[in-house]
Amino acid sequence: MSLRTTPFHPRTAPLSEGHAWRRWAGYVVASAYDLSHEREYHAIRNAAALFDVSPLYKYMVTGVDAGRLLDRVVTRDIAKAKIGQVLYTPWCDAEGKQIDDGTISVLDERTYRMTSADPNLRWLHLNAAALDVAIEDVSERTAALSLQGPNARAILETAAERDLRGLKYFRLTAAAIRGIPVTLSRTGYTGDLGYEIWVDAGSALPLWDALIATGAAYGITPAGILALDVARIEAGLLLIEVDYVSSRHALIESQKSSPLELGLGWTVAADKARYNGQAALHAERARGPAWQFVGLSVNWDSLEQLYADVGLPPRLPTTAWRTSVPVYAEGTRRQIGYATSGGWSPLLKQYMALAHLESPFASPGTRVAMEITVEHHRRQAAAHVSALPFFNPERKRA
Amino acid sequence: MASGHYDAIVIGGGHNGLIAAAYLARAGKRVVVLERRPRVGGAAVTEEIFPGFKFSMFSYVVSLLRPEIIRDLSLPRHGLHILPLESTVTPMENGDYLAGWGDHDETRRELYRHSPRDADAYDEYGRLMHFMAQAVKPILSMVPPDPTSFALGDLRALLGLGRHFRGLGSERLHALVKLMTMSSADFLDEWFETDVLKATKAASGIIGTFLGPRSPGTAYVLLHHYMGELDGVFRAWGFAKGGTGAVSEAIASAARELGAEIRCEASVARVLVRGGRVRGVVLDTGDELAAPVVLSSLDPRRTFLELLEPAQLPADLVADIRRFKFRGSSGKVNLALDALPSFTCMPGIGRQHRGAFSISPSLDYVERAYDDAKYGEFSRRPYMDIVFPSVIDPGMAPPGKHVMSIFVQYAPYHLNGGWNDARREAFGDAVIDTVETFAPGLKQRILHRQVLTPADIERITGLSEGNIFAGELALHQLFFLRPAPGWAKFTTPVPGYYQCGSGTHPGGGIMGASGRLGALAVLKNGGGGGREAG
Repeated sequence: MSLRTTPFHPRTAPLSEGHAWRRWAGYVVASAYDLSHEREYHAIRNAAALFDVSPLYKYMVTGVDAGRLLDRVVTRDIAKAKIGQVLYTPWCDAEGKQIDDGTISVLDERTYRMTSADPNLRWLHLNAAALDVAIEDVSERTAALSLQGPNARAILETAAERDLRGLKYFRLTAAAIRGIPVTLSRTGYTGDLGYEIWVDAGSALPLWDALIATGAAYGITPAGILALDVARIEAGLLLIEVDYVSSRHALIESQKSSPLELGLGWTVAADKARYNGQAALHAERARGPAWQFVGLSVNWDSLEQLYADVGLPPRLPTTAWRTSVPVYAEGTRRQIGYATSGGWSPLLKQYMALAHLESPFASPGTRVAMEITVEHHRRQAAAHVSALPFFNPERKRA
Repeated sequence: MASGHYDAIVIGGGHNGLIAAAYLARAGKRVVVLERRPRVGGAAVTEEIFPGFKFSMFSYVVSLLRPEIIRDLSLPRHGLHILPLESTVTPMENGDYLAGWGDHDETRRELYRHSPRDADAYDEYGRLMHFMAQAVKPILSMVPPDPTSFALGDLRALLGLGRHFRGLGSERLHALVKLMTMSSADFLDEWFETDVLKATKAASGIIGTFLGPRSPGTAYVLLHHYMGELDGVFRAWGFAKGGTGAVSEAIASAARELGAEIRCEASVARVLVRGGRVRGVVLDTGDELAAPVVLSSLDPRRTFLELLEPAQLPADLVADIRRFKFRGSSGKVNLALDALPSFTCMPGIGRQHRGAFSISPSLDYVERAYDDAKYGEFSRRPYMDIVFPSVIDPGMAPPGKHVMSIFVQYAPYHLNGGWNDARREAFGDAVIDTVETFAPGLKQRILHRQVLTPADIERITGLSEGNIFAGELALHQLFFLRPAPGWAKFTTPVPGYYQCGSGTHPGGGIMGASGRLGALAVLKNGGGGGREAG
């Protein structure tokens, strides 16, 4: 087989009613198990959705200098991180342009697990010169599940037979589920209460079975990438190669973005030891980034009118789109940016998009227009800039 | 305490009253909602009747809650989450079933099993109903014009409506006239041959009316379903997380955040009218609350005949409201279960439990259920719409346990000999016995049962004669006739006194349009002053 399957495939494959699979880092994972992703989406916000996220790249970085290596690479301050903390962070090239984003878990003072969307083994080695550190690609031998939704905690508390209220947002803990050693991190890609569960690939199937058995009474629902895509837009979380181009893959300068342009300014440490892109990022911060990554809310009345003009009720993208769509200054033909992801939020009853806008047009409330194709014709729907995330429930951090 | 003066008082804390208050508060008005019961919600309440089990006591699905209300009031931030109810399974008396699933191909294949001809007709029917729903839909969000008025606004609106209908073309206009006049059974006969399909569709047309599938005028209500389909993507049709009470709580939370005050256990005895206009309300306690504007979200009978003196109204309006039909015809049985029941037609526990079970095996079955009611008895074998809210939202019951909601028709308000405890339990037995024939073993799984008759609905929610739509949704009580000719624009003959309940256009279900339009009518008329000058 030319594409790989994850360690959970023997369980996920029989669930796939529509045989809809999606490629992810050389693996296949479910797009949706049901014929539509609707129920899987609602499980994220209503009960608990179970995602197979095994295709993530995973590296164990160990040794006396493990922290120093990561501090050279990423924009956040690893030295300040506590054991048991998980940090979401981007990393950049020397010009301060973003290469990738992922998480770093601090397992102990000499052991870190890094996840990324793209392969980063070579990049880590290049930066490890003269450091006492070992870098191991554990992608294949570590399987991962993501359990997301308001009932996620109750399911894990039952399955792991322990209280998890003390496990704060972006913290991790070792645990055992039906005797299977796992790491639980309170992380995810949905902007909801949720956890990621890291396990040896050999224990993947018993872990899946244990979670499904425990979760049945709490509405646990295996879910695919289509549902995840809607939730991550609601959560305002960006996606590499969709919302930005890795500077490693960009062919021209204008394809690159800095974390400051991607709404990740909060991850760029102001005072830490030297790291890749530091000087460029400091200079950019001082002069202000040229672009901002923002939310757009499409004005309902405007959308309805565009469709009424051709005699149709509004058609809404219930599957999130991942294309580049022009955004204009209100009432003009001047393009001020482009949206890269968008879709209808079934929860918020709102057509939302994630967009790159020139900074002068990026403050919340600014009225803009987004291109919409109505019956083969390009039209402009009124929209306004929204603060991200679109949806931010208290339970995410509580 | 500055509780003495308000810009507006809303009587009744059901979803429409709360929506009206939220819109008024949003416009800067100082507004108070007065609710008789200890909790808000009216007929949209979730109550823990049996420990750990939450019942959407009365209204159990959200129908057509307007998306603009959800957005205007930021209801998702206040906890509103509407979940899809995607399938309907109708068990048949021969042990077979008819299922409608979320997926079009799957539904078509299922229908093909019963009738290849109907499977083809289904798409055409769906397309026609789509056009019909589209034709009727704009009316839902407009204030009905008065056809007898020569006021410019009325004329313009009527002219627009006329153009709108002429624009449909003759074929669709004819279909619309048929829908407005025929019985749902006759209308469906023109399309389909599968009896169980017609019965299930027709059943959706009799909910909340005192009519049977063969009664003229019921075809129109078939459209309501397709209006839900039209809004399918907007998805305001389904089951509310936390039950329908969570809808009310979300609206109440939004209203409070916008500055509205909500007082529970504050029962209004009457509306104060002095000098020819509204001055406020008098509570049961004798306390008076003053405001230049009062909105009633109660049904038309209470709004006009109980909260006012007949002498304060024109005689023809009093007569119209007295004639306004309530005739509650439905009941509700809510069950706490220790496990889900398996249905003979589709054994086991599965995805069928995520949707509805419709007990409507044939047109004759449903019409016979009506026959009982016509002569003052509850149906011995009633039409039922069954859902398992805890399957959709596990939070409705303890882990692994379930709640079952059974909407039952017919249970006439005017029962021979009247309702009492014995008759209520006999009605409950008839319901459970009937379900048991389709799902043997149900009885052993029941931990607790709650039976609600129209008399109970009236006693608890205040809805006259227990009519779930605050007045029958029959053709002669819709649009500019709802609740009475000349008074369909949310105003009343008493200046400053407004209507904002389901007894006004467009009425019915957890739609919220009446509350919103009522508030907008107040604001359009100046709204009795605001907090800020100018």
